[in-house]
Amino acid sequence: MTAMLLLILIAAGSDTDTTGPGLGREVSEVPVHDVFPDGTGLPPGRGTARIGQGLYAQHCLSCHGPAGEGASAEPIAGAQGALSGPHPVKTIGNYWPWAPTLYDLIRRAMPMHAPGSLRADEAYALTAYVLYLQELVELDAEVDAAVLTNLQMPNRDGFVPAEAVP
Amino acid sequence: MLARRQFLGLGAGGALLGAAGRASAWTASAPASMREPGAPFTAYGVPSEWEQEVTRLPTANRDVPGNGASWSPLHLLEGIITPNGLHYERHHNGVPRIDPTTHELLVHGRVRRALSFRVQELLRYPLRSRICFLECGGNSNAAWHRQPIQSPAGHVHGLVSCSEWTGVPLSVVLAEAKPYTDADWLIAEGADAFAMHVSIPMRKAREDGLLALYQNGERLRPENGYPLRLILPGWEGVTNVKWLRRLRVVDRPVMARNETYSYTELLPSGKARQFSHTMDVKSLLLQPSAGMRLPGPGWYLLSGLAWSGRGRIRGVELSTDGGQHWRAAELQQPVLSKCLTRFRLPWQWDGAPTVLMSRATDTSGAVQPAREQLVAARGRHGYFHYHAIVSWAVGQAGDVRHVYGTGTGDSHDSNAPADIDSGWF
Repeated sequence: MTAMLLLILIAAGSDTDTTGPGLGREVSEVPVHDVFPDGTGLPPGRGTARIGQGLYAQHCLSCHGPAGEGASAEPIAGAQGALSGPHPVKTIGNYWPWAPTLYDLIRRAMPMHAPGSLRADEAYALTAYVLYLQELVELDAEVDAAVLTNLQMPNRDGFVPAEAVP
Repeated sequence: MLARRQFLGLGAGGALLGAAGRASAWTASAPASMREPGAPFTAYGVPSEWEQEVTRLPTANRDVPGNGASWSPLHLLEGIITPNGLHYERHHNGVPRIDPTTHELLVHGRVRRALSFRVQELLRYPLRSRICFLECGGNSNAAWHRQPIQSPAGHVHGLVSCSEWTGVPLSVVLAEAKPYTDADWLIAEGADAFAMHVSIPMRKAREDGLLALYQNGERLRPENGYPLRLILPGWEGVTNVKWLRRLRVVDRPVMARNETYSYTELLPSGKARQFSHTMDVKSLLLQPSAGMRLPGPGWYLLSGLAWSGRGRIRGVELSTDGGQHWRAAELQQPVLSKCLTRFRLPWQWDGAPTVLMSRATDTSGAVQPAREQLVAARGRHGYFHYHAIVSWAVGQAGDVRHVYGTGTGDSHDSNAPADIDSGWF
């Protein structure tokens, strides 16, 4: 009996939360472009690091440096030493847990002066080149959604929930 | 009660000090301002011409001027509410210009009804106000350096501000979209040039998430998310997505750049803390603070701010002798949950060099750690979530300097590399 009463009270409580005037317009088709670690959201397309090299020089080098060592932007490649060492440097190769996230960042936010301007093939080629700088793909390897999804990033298991480390 | 006794004691001491001083004559003639009409009315008020130095301090990437932060001048302010023009900023690629008549919020994903809301529609929803702090996860990060930085307090710790935010409870809008029961996360996305997006647990969104439209009574400032931003009280600034355009209901986090590469804290083990959403208990003495000068021995009002993302501030203790003794400061009422809390305590400086410290405790029982405790627990390379006790040394001449602990740096090796990144990204 007590349990039943409790259930009713809980239901009533959530109902009071849901009172809204319902002014939203129902929409049917929604473009989806969030990229998940399992590759969901990655578009069709492909590119190689060799193609990406030219794009990198054009769009990225001035801030990230010729070898990704960093300039006005932080280093993205070339870290020496372990993350547990005395002077760790976080780069894509030693820190980023998921390759699809790299594609996502390049596509949505890079280059900073013209975000969102890269076509899917260009973004794949740039992703390939940045992964090449980490020695994670070959210069002429075709990189596409499947390759990014299956690429095991070195630091994939490098994260713990904050609550576990107060 | 303790605070009141101290104030009484102060009165007696103050009187003594007054008696010892030389009496000066009251100016008998009326000042010029009483002999001519004042200035006319203004459409939108601005600070006095004598307060022009009270500004934010912008710092940005040299190649991307919209990637950086501007620091709230906490050391020049009082009370708990941050004036809108002085609220801290952290943007990744500038402040977008958004026409509110065309801006829409989309709620979609694992919902029974995908909905789009125009701003003018949200303005007609039942509104709620919440006074709470907002703090960047990178606030105070210069304190990870091995040597104490001597910049003014606001330029080191000023990526925290406090406002009355008014808007639509997120739970109301989510309920209208009818999420599926497996939908434990939301992806929130902004309409800025970084297309900022982060994952937010549905539990927090429903608990006290707010779709904010107003800040301190007026519509949001552009640099604070106009026309619509997310407010998640007590949570790391980056999750309070500005210029909010999209909420996607999902069953797992998206693992965005800003919840993997950035806004995670590298630990000594080489692992990193992820989804470190809640801002830890923290306090900061602002009067006096680094770079200020006490004109001489005598009475001073110590004043500062405390806050915690885990609840209300239960108490703030101050030490005026380098941590040997601690006294409870008076907390300005009302003390609100997840809100800046002003603390004050009168202090008589005897003219001898000493070290001032403040230490906050919150209603969850969390106590602000000493610097060495924080470093022992999280190492030196976490970059985010620095919240240790701050120490100010008062010198013989009344000069106030930043020190670690009771006055020495962590390391006397000035050639040691910096522990934090110096650029903005």
